[in-house]
Amino acid sequence: MVDEFDLTPIQMDALREIGNIGAGNSATALSQIINKRIDMNVPKVALVPIESVPDLVGGPDTIVVGIFLSVYGKAPSNILFLMPQKSAFYLVDTLMGREHGTTKKLDFMDESALMEIGNILSGAYLNAFFNFTHISMLPSIPALAMDMAGAILNIVLVQLGQMGDQAMVIETEFLAEDDGINGHFFLVPDPGSLGTLIKAVGVE
Amino acid sequence: MADLIKVGMADYKVGRSPSTLISYGLGSCIGVSLYDPQKKVGGLLHIMLPDSTQARASDNPAKFADTGIPLMLNEVIALGASKSRLVAKLAGGAQMFAFANATDIMRVGSRNAEAVKQILRRNGIKVIAEDTGGNYGRTVQIDLNTGVYKVKTIDRGEKDI
Repeated sequence: MVDEFDLTPIQMDALREIGNIGAGNSATALSQIINKRIDMNVPKVALVPIESVPDLVGGPDTIVVGIFLSVYGKAPSNILFLMPQKSAFYLVDTLMGREHGTTKKLDFMDESALMEIGNILSGAYLNAFFNFTHISMLPSIPALAMDMAGAILNIVLVQLGQMGDQAMVIETEFLAEDDGINGHFFLVPDPGSLGTLIKAVGVE
Repeated sequence: MADLIKVGMADYKVGRSPSTLISYGLGSCIGVSLYDPQKKVGGLLHIMLPDSTQARASDNPAKFADTGIPLMLNEVIALGASKSRLVAKLAGGAQMFAFANATDIMRVGSRNAEAVKQILRRNGIKVIAEDTGGNYGRTVQIDLNTGVYKVKTIDRGEKDI
């Protein structure tokens, strides 16, 4: 039995590798869609007190666009892709072939386009993950909200909050070559899923 | 200059006039305020979940409505408030993402609001104002000089309740 809150450095490395492979594939997908180079940082794997998770994205009252998907399968998880409002507008302008700075508010089509991005990134992430571990996981349809980061993060934190006072997050930051877009991709394993993930990479 | 005291997620603070207690970015969480208008003391609690008995053991009673409210109530009384004069206001309890097949977890906002009202009622405290539900985040603050509870949103303006 893996103690979710007491991982060895090797197990943390394994989770980081999961984040790396998944996010690498996602970054490639995003890069192909918008035809720009996308850089990503080394994934952060951290056990953080639940109440400080909003600080990872600039504090609870920062305005962000969040795309949320539930992940079903052997290691149920949640995926949350968060972008600062400015980045989301820039990305929508890019996708819609509009001049940058055009979007001031998201309409129905814009939201739909961003949700599709969420779909593609999650699919790429989970595919890479499958190739690596042979654990098959399927994402739900995406949902989108533009609001305060604290409020948006509630959806994952509530679930984790039922099981403990800390959250294990695997977080990767994306950055486009022209600095127009940055985003945070969170994979938040459900309590109980971490053990499955760690076993899958063979460092139980 | 009056103090602005920050209340984090799953946390609570109590204080007296002229302080203001503030909590940022509530989604399905609820900000519960207690206020004694005569003594001008009160508290603000930011709960995440309705019921501690449905969760695995936690070191933090302020995370839940059923354990957090009595805790704050005792501290507000210790500051000189009278239970019979205390009034409660609450805001939050949104469902941030719309899903056709919302699970219990996704509807936690409305369950939070119900639990908070029930626990306040059980403790004999009157709820005099409420702004809950919807699909948007809120930042809330209570001015302990006036008892005004301000609810700020991103595109729905702000209001005093």
